[in-house]
Amino acid sequence: MTANEALFDYALRLGDDALILSQRLGEWCGHAPAIETDLTLTNVALDLIGQAMLLLGYAGEVEGKGRDADKLAFHRDATKYRNCLLVEQPNGDFGRTIARQFIFSTYQRALYQELTRSSDRRLAEIAAKALKETIYHADLAAEWVIRLGDGTEESHERMKAGFEWYWRFVEELFTAEPADAALIGAGIAVDPAKLRAPFDAALAATFAEATLALPKYPRPITGGRKGRHSEHLGHLLAEMQFLPRAYPDAVW
Amino acid sequence: MTWRDRVMDVLSRVADPEIPVVSVVDLGIVRGVKDDPKSVVITTTYSGCPATQVITSDIRKALDDAALNDVKIEMALSPPWTTDWITEAGRKKLQAYGIAPPPKGSGAPGLKNAQPATCPRCGSIKTREVSRFGSTPCKALWQCETCREPFDRFKCH
Ligand SMILES: [Zn+2]
Repeated sequence: MTANEALFDYALRLGDDALILSQRLGEWCGHAPAIETDLTLTNVALDLIGQAMLLLGYAGEVEGKGRDADKLAFHRDATKYRNCLLVEQPNGDFGRTIARQFIFSTYQRALYQELTRSSDRRLAEIAAKALKETIYHADLAAEWVIRLGDGTEESHERMKAGFEWYWRFVEELFTAEPADAALIGAGIAVDPAKLRAPFDAALAATFAEATLALPKYPRPITGGRKGRHSEHLGHLLAEMQFLPRAYPDAVW
Repeated sequence: MTWRDRVMDVLSRVADPEIPVVSVVDLGIVRGVKDDPKSVVITTTYSGCPATQVITSDIRKALDDAALNDVKIEMALSPPWTTDWITEAGRKKLQAYGIAPPPKGSGAPGLKNAQPATCPRCGSIKTREVSRFGSTPCKALWQCETCREPFDRFKCH
């Protein structure tokens, strides 16, 4: 893999994470427990779409084959997607959705914080912009984890179950790809292993307040970064990509 | 009037599509005017703000209508937009329109929305946050405990 291909793959991964999670959150539109929650989840989705557009747009420029953010989002098959498995999982109930959001936004906040110091100027600029949004997302998710965890018996159980379900996908977030070594060495990419400590610290603080016990890590499931996805991604893409695939010349 | 002054004059009359009482200059999304090539530099508020495309085309039309067709529009990503860039005039217009403006210096992490908002209807500071995410990416939903009216607050960012 050339340096350029590695950078393309890296930007693609960051963009795909944001895009796929935004699509999942959009599914809550009209279905959330309260209208404020509905607005909240779709606002987070909107921020993530914006981040995906910046990151995929950059990936397309790096690749230099004339693909823009739309082309990469709508005209790529599941095996070409590089998002982590966490973000493509079905929403489940509200507790499970919040567990996923907490895990992802806490990770993404630590990631963007590091990435603002990237030697790649564009990645650093995108991270600085996105970080301000992601801090809101992480705070929001933490507040919900506390509210549900330290709420009723029912809400506590659902919050606990949500984390237990998602725990198998956590490891992947902190695993580097072989091609990353050169990017990390050059100060372009963030070494994901470095993000584990701030993630664990945020987790411990929120869980203590939420009266939740840290789940044991089960055998992790990985593969998303290599294009090996769960069956759920194909279904998600079928819905997301239908219009531009069926009517490739359609314009806004 | 120099061409720069003319450009700024035109832009000061381009309204934000979602909050039409404030201009794109009031909101601090016009970052400057550059020579060679002649261009205005603008930035987005939130990266996913759906108004961005409308703002860009509104600015294009306003410049063209003022015979400033040769002035290009350049998007800047950095430094990231902050509510500290909303002008004093812009803050007053927001308040009068019924949207509590963000306090100055509130963009820094840790200070986010910590201070109570002043109710734009009755001036009470006995207010509470209902939802941090509101009708647009830049606004939160608040309620006044004194007059009971719900209102939008510009999110500190
Ligand atoms: Zn009031």
